[in-house]
Amino acid sequence: MVKEIERYGIPVVHMSTITTISEAVGANRIVPTVAIPYPVGNPSLSEAVELDLRTKLVKRALTALTTDVSEVTQF
Amino acid sequence: MNFKAIYYVNQFFGQIGGEDKAGMEPMFKEEAIGPAMGFNTLIKEEGQVIGTIICGDNYFNENKEDAMEFIMDIVKKHNPDVLIAGPAFNAGRYGMACAGLANEVNEKLGIPVVTGMYIENPGLDAVNGTAYVVEVSDSAAGMREALPKMAKLAIKLGKGEELGKPDVEGYLPQGKRLTVFSDKRGSKRAVEMLIKRFKNEEFTTELPMSVFDKVEPAPAIKDLSKATIALVTSGGMVPIGNPDRIQSASAQKWGKYNVANIDALKGNDFCTIHGGFDPVYANEVPDRVAPLDLLKQNEKDGVIGKVYDYFYTTTGTGTSVGKSVTFGKEIGQELKDAGVDGVIVTST
Repeated sequence: MVKEIERYGIPVVHMSTITTISEAVGANRIVPTVAIPYPVGNPSLSEAVELDLRTKLVKRALTALTTDVSEVTQF
Repeated sequence: MNFKAIYYVNQFFGQIGGEDKAGMEPMFKEEAIGPAMGFNTLIKEEGQVIGTIICGDNYFNENKEDAMEFIMDIVKKHNPDVLIAGPAFNAGRYGMACAGLANEVNEKLGIPVVTGMYIENPGLDAVNGTAYVVEVSDSAAGMREALPKMAKLAIKLGKGEELGKPDVEGYLPQGKRLTVFSDKRGSKRAVEMLIKRFKNEEFTTELPMSVFDKVEPAPAIKDLSKATIALVTSGGMVPIGNPDRIQSASAQKWGKYNVANIDALKGNDFCTIHGGFDPVYANEVPDRVAPLDLLKQNEKDGVIGKVYDYFYTTTGTGTSVGKSVTFGKEIGQELKDAGVDGVIVTST
């Protein structure tokens, strides 16, 4: 899906845990995430710390969208 | 009783003319014309070509709606058991026409379609699993080889028989998966394959890995503070009750939900229907899978211009590459039309 959306010329960032799949398929901008059941969260952390984690991951995603890349790049 | 086939050809194979006639409007003749004649002979024991639709390649691609209106009228009127198109060899416009009519006729009327294309014909990518495509050579010199292969499939389909796997029946893989029974359980087959691999012996994979093409990276967003960002997920986050009945595995559809007036995907309103991971954590705090809360925060803080009004979702597990590509194309088109500047896709 990531690549098909990108074909329209819209920058896309893939936040995923199994980055090897993401790379093999050819997503250009990738943010590795925490775990399969909770990519942008972590239930073992307190609410505040978990929110902070999510904040940082989304920040990375937005950075990816504002960074030009020439090949598959992890952020 | 003999099955009925309708045959589609372009202006050249329909013996109207060459490039000069590529703009011709579609016509229908109640006889077999061009390759349909040879095809008719091949199926004569069991079926018959009751007519040929001829349409200019340029006309079809430039006036698709009008061309399809004509074709659908003919097909509905004559109610064939199977539709044959081409073979298009490596002719791109012809291939796109064959794909276009297959997609509509098969999806809307459920009539099976058989066509033939060279492996690099751009029309091949355009077929949404709606036609059985026989692999043919890149030029009309391959007609004599192509027709019998297409006829073989058409006869089975015309008689209402189901086709087996692509390599057995002789058509190109459609990106579909079929569940079959095996005499050995999977663990045994996997270990046997692994042992062969270690010993450098030949083995045949049960599922060929798709070859993935590269997409040119889209240019970065220049001014994030003015950008509209959309959120998409394959983690299966849906409004509680799954109103659109998105599947828990092998998704056949995606959903879109208006998130303009909410600040987060709350556990009271959203849940996951994705069958591939433990849903407990996602159900507690859906934002753990699709971080709408953070996007909304970034919008409030002026970091991004706006969160796009719609949130897109589907289930990633067991969903075929073919379907995923279709979803991506459809969602991408909506986002493009809406002027979205950037997209975050999350996966579990």
